[in-house]
Amino acid sequence: MDELTSVFIQEGREQLQAMEAGLLELEQRPDDHDNINGIFRAAHTIKGASGVIECHFIESFMHKVENVLDRLRNGEIQVSGELAGLLLRCCDHLGILMDVLAAGIAEPAAEVSLAGDALQGELAAHTSDATATAGGSVVEAEADVEASGGGVVNTDSWHISVRFGPHMLRGGMDPLSFLRFLASLGEVLAMETIPDAMPAAAEMDPESCYLGFEIRLQTRSSKADIERVFDFCRDDCELRILPPNSKLAEYVKLIRELPEDDMRLGEMLVRCGALTQSELDEGLLSQQQVRLPADAVAPPQPLGEILVEHKVVQKEVVDAAVSRQAQVHEKKAVEARLIRVQADKLDQLIDLVGELVIAGASANLLAQRSGQGELVESTSILSRLVENIRDSALQLRMVQIGETFTRFNRVVRDVAKELGKEIDLVISGAETELDKSVVEKIGDPLMHLVRNSMDHGIEPGDVREARGKPRRGRVELNAYHDSGSIVIEVVDDGAGLPREKILRKAIDKGLVQPNQTLSDQEIINLIWEPGFSTAEQVTNLSGRGVGMDVVRRNIQGLRGSCEVASVEGSGTTFTIRLPLTLAIIDGFLVGVGRAAYVIPLDMVIECIELKGNSAERDFLNLRGEVLPFVRLREMFEVDGERPARENVVVVQYAGQKAGIVVDQLLGEFQTVIKPLSSIFRHLRGIGGSTILGSGEVALILDVQTLVQRNARREERDMNTPAMLRSTSQN
Amino acid sequence: MGTQNRLSISEDLTIYHALEHKERLIAALDAGDGLELDLSQVGEIDTAGLQLLILAKREAARRDKALAIVAHSPAVRQTLDFCNLAAFFGDPVVITAHEQR
Repeated sequence: MDELTSVFIQEGREQLQAMEAGLLELEQRPDDHDNINGIFRAAHTIKGASGVIECHFIESFMHKVENVLDRLRNGEIQVSGELAGLLLRCCDHLGILMDVLAAGIAEPAAEVSLAGDALQGELAAHTSDATATAGGSVVEAEADVEASGGGVVNTDSWHISVRFGPHMLRGGMDPLSFLRFLASLGEVLAMETIPDAMPAAAEMDPESCYLGFEIRLQTRSSKADIERVFDFCRDDCELRILPPNSKLAEYVKLIRELPEDDMRLGEMLVRCGALTQSELDEGLLSQQQVRLPADAVAPPQPLGEILVEHKVVQKEVVDAAVSRQAQVHEKKAVEARLIRVQADKLDQLIDLVGELVIAGASANLLAQRSGQGELVESTSILSRLVENIRDSALQLRMVQIGETFTRFNRVVRDVAKELGKEIDLVISGAETELDKSVVEKIGDPLMHLVRNSMDHGIEPGDVREARGKPRRGRVELNAYHDSGSIVIEVVDDGAGLPREKILRKAIDKGLVQPNQTLSDQEIINLIWEPGFSTAEQVTNLSGRGVGMDVVRRNIQGLRGSCEVASVEGSGTTFTIRLPLTLAIIDGFLVGVGRAAYVIPLDMVIECIELKGNSAERDFLNLRGEVLPFVRLREMFEVDGERPARENVVVVQYAGQKAGIVVDQLLGEFQTVIKPLSSIFRHLRGIGGSTILGSGEVALILDVQTLVQRNARREERDMNTPAMLRSTSQN
Repeated sequence: MGTQNRLSISEDLTIYHALEHKERLIAALDAGDGLELDLSQVGEIDTAGLQLLILAKREAARRDKALAIVAHSPAVRQTLDFCNLAAFFGDPVVITAHEQR
């Protein structure tokens, strides 16, 4: 695939996204003109660009879409739910067509083409009935442009001749900005400035505009597009547009109609490449002969008639033109501040930074051993810089989660329609940033949760009203940062999880013994078990019982966790916690025996000494609070005697605190996370490994599992009679 | 040859100052046999400003005086380039290395 095509696909998808977002908005606010223009612009850009790369199947499809949008924009047809739905399906189809193009296939497969034809048929319905009712004045004009414009394949240039009226400047408009905007439609091959209308210095009013321009523009835009550039000043300028490959006679006519001296203007046209000198001579000569009688008979045509004759009077709403130009300017300003970088280049950079961190750690260690003060000082400066580089490199990969969230607008709309429920999606924290690789993988699990909430959670409107809730259901997507992780919540205000039903089902499936007593939370957590579903009927959305366990596994694969909380009758909250980054973290290095372990620094709250009197217990009194702890020495069965002094590292995860008992505290350490091989995948309590400055390997503790292990044991202990407690400890 | 006047314009050459600029330009042109314009401090130029430059050049030619723009700010240079007027003014233009595209 050539570069142009890949750029097209990338930008096309962005436009497609913009179009989809606009269409979703359209349903909410059908009268928003800016929005309709935005949709049209996106569609038009895709069409134009597909023409440039000569991808005709997209071009012709988008042409039909554009026609309908054009009618919509001109107020000839009204926005309806059905029309918006149709246009959204067109967006989907366009997405498929882009996939086809991206795959490098010349033509879409037969069934795709069929689907496209069907959509085009539906679109045609919206074009034709409007023609019948509205008289089709625009269609006529469009046909005219097509005929004289020579279509998109013609790459020769347009000739645009414009004379700005004297009041332009006083009206606050700058002709140059129109011309710059015109230049953005294509390439200006040549431009001549015509100052002839300017009187001598004494009479010249510096606040009047006297300039005119002859422009050769190479573009794939249509005549209507070129005219649209001048929409805003249409009343105050004379505009003539000659399509590519116009006949000599048309240029001669142009020369005669313009106020400047014929020869002078002819010269200008020659200079900007519209005509050759001999053509000009010949043309003017032949015109000269018919000129006198013509002038004698007919008085000079009024401006209006000329404009009508030139088919330039296609009045557009002025504010639309203003807002479009403003938006284009804004977009350009934003674009200028962004650079596209390939993702693998970034990954490579992160890898290198990782190596740099490791190498820096070893240099630090050697410097400290050497005992040379200056060397230690310089390496410490170095390591500070490395830390900064690490942070900025990781920052590069951070993206806002908003884009992932906004996709759900469409999902919620479609699914709600399908289910016959009324559901609003509320998004908050869209600007929360997290690692790009995490964002890419979080989409599917989120999709599952959102669909589940809509299908199982939110009740139908009537039921909701009967229960005294607002008729419209509500699904929320929230994101925020919390102690070194990002938290994503999927909240619904539906019926909540039915505990009774879950328990019954679990007993049926043999997951739980009938006589077992379970806490409420334990019952709710059963939904994460493989093959569990309580939906009475299987819909194509959810209820097949493959889902929640897959969701959980996917999230755990990202070193994250997910929890569910639910209040029967008032809703369910799914909480996903994910690490901010998958590559490098600030770690806290601890030692047990001869081995070193790393605890993510974000989770460490404090370090205290383990008093001798708690030696045989698994909890301690932390300022009046019970703090359960684990002994790493026992957990990993490290050989050797306990040292005289042990330390407790207090960690916090998801609001729960726990202690980790270690021999030594070795201090902060920049940790490059190296994933463990898949053999160790099922190892509990270890999140990865890293390389120390000395070249030794240290294991990274999975604090989440450790904390949860503690929490579970606590829960179990509370439910177990006291006499059994001693045996349950391990 | 007589006096060569030099005029530096440091405000924006826009519609807001068009009246003053016109007077200054014409006055400066009247005052000497030739005029050197220093536009290196001009941050912005619009159609009104461009018109004035054209007017001054034309006026100078009519009175047989020399008008030269001796320094262009980037905005002025870009605008003259865009309108293809560099040849009309006929002044040497300095393009600094980092501005080259």
